[in-house]
Amino acid sequence: MEYFLQQLINGVTLGSIYGLIAIGYTMVYGIIGMINFAHGEIFMIGSFIALTVFLALAAIGITFLPLVLLLMVIVAMLCTAGWGWTIERVAYRPLRGSFRLAPLITAIGMSIFLQNFVQVTQGARVKPLPPQIQGGITLMDSPSGIVVQISWMQIIIIAMTVALMTAFSLVISKTSLGRQQRACEQDRKMASLLGVNVDRTISLTFVMGAALAAVAGMMYLLYYGVIDFYIGFIAGVKAFTAAVLGGIGSLPGAMLGGLSIGLIETFWSGYFSVEYKDVAAFSILAIVLIFMPSGLLGRPEVEKV
Amino acid sequence: MAEPTSAAANRPEGAERLSEDRRDAMRGEPPFVEAPSEDTRLVRSLKEAAITAGLVAVLTIFFFAFRTDIAVGGLQLSLDPMLWITWVAVAFAARFALSYFVFAGERPTVAGWKKVAASTRGWPVGKVFGVVLLLVALTLPILLSVFLPSQNRYLLDLAILILTYVMLGWGLNIVVGLAGLLDLGYVAFYAVGAYSFALLATNFDLGFWVCLPMAGLFAAMWGIVLGFPVLRLRGDYLAIVTLAFGEIIRIVLLNWYEFTGGPNGILGIPKPTLFGLEFSRGEGSFSDFFGLEYSTIQRFVFLYYIILALALLTNFVTMRMRKLPVGRAWEALREDEIACRSLGINTVNVKLTAFATGAMFGGFAGSFFATRQGFISPESFTFIESAIILAIVVLGGLGSQLGVVIASVVMIGGIELLRNLTGLQAIFGAGFDPTQYRMLIFGLAMVLIMVWKPRGLVSTRSPSAVYKEKKVIGADLVAQGEGH
Repeated sequence: MEYFLQQLINGVTLGSIYGLIAIGYTMVYGIIGMINFAHGEIFMIGSFIALTVFLALAAIGITFLPLVLLLMVIVAMLCTAGWGWTIERVAYRPLRGSFRLAPLITAIGMSIFLQNFVQVTQGARVKPLPPQIQGGITLMDSPSGIVVQISWMQIIIIAMTVALMTAFSLVISKTSLGRQQRACEQDRKMASLLGVNVDRTISLTFVMGAALAAVAGMMYLLYYGVIDFYIGFIAGVKAFTAAVLGGIGSLPGAMLGGLSIGLIETFWSGYFSVEYKDVAAFSILAIVLIFMPSGLLGRPEVEKV
Repeated sequence: MAEPTSAAANRPEGAERLSEDRRDAMRGEPPFVEAPSEDTRLVRSLKEAAITAGLVAVLTIFFFAFRTDIAVGGLQLSLDPMLWITWVAVAFAARFALSYFVFAGERPTVAGWKKVAASTRGWPVGKVFGVVLLLVALTLPILLSVFLPSQNRYLLDLAILILTYVMLGWGLNIVVGLAGLLDLGYVAFYAVGAYSFALLATNFDLGFWVCLPMAGLFAAMWGIVLGFPVLRLRGDYLAIVTLAFGEIIRIVLLNWYEFTGGPNGILGIPKPTLFGLEFSRGEGSFSDFFGLEYSTIQRFVFLYYIILALALLTNFVTMRMRKLPVGRAWEALREDEIACRSLGINTVNVKLTAFATGAMFGGFAGSFFATRQGFISPESFTFIESAIILAIVVLGGLGSQLGVVIASVVMIGGIELLRNLTGLQAIFGAGFDPTQYRMLIFGLAMVLIMVWKPRGLVSTRSPSAVYKEKKVIGADLVAQGEGH
């Protein structure tokens, strides 16, 4: 029971990180119907920027942790959002209205480019960062010796995810930007005729997705303490799987999918084998899709003749 | 100056302007464009260049100006502001040149009002080019030994690599280009082929020629096994599930130590023989039998002809199958699945045959890869391989056989050439290692080629079913296949 609870906490933490990345996938998919393969790399870039900012602040003598974290988040979000905007502008906007596989290929190309860009400029070796936030709350202390603990870092990750998700849902459902996004999602041509600046809306979608990925990247850096240029691929594939599992195009679906993937992975490694945790996650995805072809919360597609 | 301003003042904005432009286009008039005045061009170019440079500065500051390295006692930050400033300056100059010279005379066109059906009935460029390519491919070992004997071995090896990708591209073209099913896990079948050959050869002492058809069959079987549950999925859902299957197969290969050797892979895979003659020194070898002097190049030439034959077989089978009912069904499925179903085509079976045929050729290519390397490990079958193969198919032009060849030569050969550009060290300093930038440039090239030619390098297609006369049509008229 204690072990189960501990795994549950770990799984929810991991799932939150996946969920944050998955939102970027699902929003882009919802609005322009393409798989943004470079999104995982955006996440990786976010974590590298966070690391550099952390070291730069330490070098100039700012070590007050809350301030450091705040600056890290702000700089990483802004700069990564810039990357998101640029990628959309360079690789996807010229292909808008072109055939469906073209932006997919530029996305894969961008992903290869970004991975190697970071490898060339920052080196291929892993970057370890000692844990900055230690300690936690002991929830249960059983006589058998298994302690259920939730660390401060996990609390921060979960709280941050909940806060960002709430803010995000509000933006989508209440603001005029969110309304424009939903309009573009339904019918881009009609939205443009009604005065919505479609290009701007799509750019902002990329910016928002990239900012969330940057937060996820920073969380990943602080939680695991090790990053390299390759983390984006694995995290990206998992998050995309999460987005599809939850029903691509749906925001709550992305979060639900992220949590499911995180939980499946953690429980599988906890109870069965660590090596096959990815196999478990992918198999569940395949099984879910076979029985619910549009994911858990996705709208079923209507076949028009 | 007075006239354009008054005209511009009356111009509507936004969607109204768009619809007005479209109406103009319908009447065949060019869209209204304000004449770019000469004196502002410099200012405008400077402004754009400044914006670009600013963007590059913000984006790259954490990657060029700072660098983190592992040092004693944790990470160490080193500064290199000169590198950053150099790149910002390069961005400024490049954007300025582009704005001032290239984009200057650009006139906006109305989207959706372009002539798409560029039909060319005259000189069959593609056919002639294809025949020339085939002749060059058939005589390549001779050409190389005559003209470039010093680099013979290296270039032959490169040609083998390119042909392997051509073959994989043609195999995937059946699935993506003809049947319109987006498969992101094609490398799985390549892996199945390679591992079936390697395991059969090392465990049962079977030779290459016996294992080759078996490897193809195994791969085809896996194609059916994996394809059966997922083929009712649509478009991108199919893509992610195939990607997942590709990863599952790789992870299983990586972790099943007893069977596959795990990350250590399989060593000592036998080389192919020519009717029992080995390509080695000594008694009973190829050189001994024909009384030739032994040279390693003989084995390379032999491997080259094997992969050439396999690739041509793939092409031949594809071209023939396009004329069979099943091939026509593939293309019909790509164009319109609902129409197919209402005409009584069993879409599941048609999709499965496409999947299995593509997988079979992937399996052939895989076993060739295993025998060429003599060693395989899961490292060689990552997602990036699938992505490269898909990129070759799409960059060449979906459904175009010639396009796959051109894209393979451009992408694989072009990237390989970078290895030899040691002359660049004179510009970038002695520490410059061009191989480091191979994949960087590969990714960039993918983006640029796609933006430049979204329908692929070969922009025409020849339909397999014709009414009265054979015609070449524009690629835009061919459906891309939504995978449903």
